[in-house]
Amino acid sequence: MQPPPVITVSAIRKTYGRTVAIDDISFDVNLGEIFGLIGPNGAGKTTTMECVEGLRVPDRGSISVLGLDPVREVYALQDRIGVQLQQAQLQKRIKVREAVNLWISLYRRPVDGNRLLDQLGLGEKRNAWFMTLSGGQKQRLFIALALINDPEVVFLDELTTGLDPQARRAIWELVRGIRARGKTVFLTTHLMEEAERLCDRVAIIDHGHIVDIGTPAELIRRHCPEQTVVVATDDASAEARFRLIPSVQSVSTHDGRVSIRGGDDELVTQVIRCVAEHRMNVTDFRTERSTLEDVFLKLTGHSIRD
Amino acid sequence: MLRGLWTLTWLEIKIFVREPLGVIGTLVIPVVFVALGRLFGRAARMESPGVRDLVTIDLPILASIFIALGAVLSLVTIVSIYRESGILKRLRATPLRPHTILTAHVLSKLAFTALTLAAMAVAGRRFIPDGMQGPFVAFGIALIISTVSIVSMGFLIASIVPTARFAQPIGTLILYPMVGLAGLFVPVEALPPALRAVSRFVPFTYVVSLLRGIWRGEGWIAHSGDLAALALVFLICTVVSARVFRWE
Repeated sequence: MQPPPVITVSAIRKTYGRTVAIDDISFDVNLGEIFGLIGPNGAGKTTTMECVEGLRVPDRGSISVLGLDPVREVYALQDRIGVQLQQAQLQKRIKVREAVNLWISLYRRPVDGNRLLDQLGLGEKRNAWFMTLSGGQKQRLFIALALINDPEVVFLDELTTGLDPQARRAIWELVRGIRARGKTVFLTTHLMEEAERLCDRVAIIDHGHIVDIGTPAELIRRHCPEQTVVVATDDASAEARFRLIPSVQSVSTHDGRVSIRGGDDELVTQVIRCVAEHRMNVTDFRTERSTLEDVFLKLTGHSIRD
Repeated sequence: MLRGLWTLTWLEIKIFVREPLGVIGTLVIPVVFVALGRLFGRAARMESPGVRDLVTIDLPILASIFIALGAVLSLVTIVSIYRESGILKRLRATPLRPHTILTAHVLSKLAFTALTLAAMAVAGRRFIPDGMQGPFVAFGIALIISTVSIVSMGFLIASIVPTARFAQPIGTLILYPMVGLAGLFVPVEALPPALRAVSRFVPFTYVVSLLRGIWRGEGWIAHSGDLAALALVFLICTVVSARVFRWE
């Protein structure tokens, strides 16, 4: 039997003045998964997350985190969760070691701060001022602070925004490491690639509403099942032969490359079988799957970068 | 609960010391003033009673108030910078209680105020005229009470200033004119009736009255009205700023 969800959000709504930031948001986050809330900037990701963390009070709806009410039991909750906020800062001249020690003094069961800094590759920066750290180092410090109390749930808000690809990959590894230790991770991102590579399940949010929830593969299958197989061949009859495959929707040739589009999981097998059967001479073969980015475009009618 | 208060207070003190301008403003400049006073002050003989009163009573009070004001203004600035850059929000997302965060800042400012006064007293020791054997301990306590009350006004300002850039000028604009009406430069009795009425509502009036009285050796009972007024200021400012304080 599956354990009860770690986070349950039911129909929450939050307005700022007359602007509705989020409305009717509901989702569950399960034990030990990386759950991503994905959507463009301003979609309501941070508002949602901050309601779950107890930093904001929703106007309506209910939230339960580890069985606690984030509004009424915020202090009990804060002892058991780890939080990394979007665009957070620390005092410019605070030393890495001092920040870690301050955090350690605040929690009942802190982990070994030095070991944590070593694990996050900040051991050498122990005595550096916060203002002298690079973007990636600052983010790693914030992850360290989020992990200092050995939390059961870790919240990460846009944690790789503004980082170069290398630093981003390093952070992804860290997040996978958090999951590997049995923690639950709830993150937000506007990077579809990040969501696809990192998250076990995602909720797509747009204009304050949840559009759909599922594993990245599920969402792609559900909304953009088409895939394309591109075959490079000099066989003149190739295009005609591919057209005879039952699940194929369209075939086109461009520069000796035949693109075969279809909406079936069997498409790739069928194309391979066709190639083998007719002993075609193939110099290249690749498949193009839809991505979460395509799903987002299809569901919302606009690109995530708009 | 005050978990983390001492760690945070000590940390804020250390961080402030690392800020070059902060140290210069808090410790170096006041001491330089005393040194200058020693250089030029010998010329000023205390012949007329007016000058004597000014130097022995009002000057220490003025210095104390300005040091407290400086600390409060720096508090207003720090709080608004912390808010603008997200530091306050980050600290709040920990088991740190909001009042712990703010108390740590107040304590660190009080510590610096005390340090500055002590530095000035030491630097100016030999310059203190004979007639000025004030009750230092009682004056120190009165000054702490006054500072806490001024700090609460500072917090109210910090709660409402929109951005860090405005914090210092707005704080200055509100606080310094108040000092002008407090009866330090011009006795309250000598003010035009309208301004005299205004000065009744200026908390610094009570600060000056309390400090001046205690410095002259008057008793606490005689100044219970001042104490009550300052307590009221503290209460009102704390309650209002608790309601309007923004963390981000």
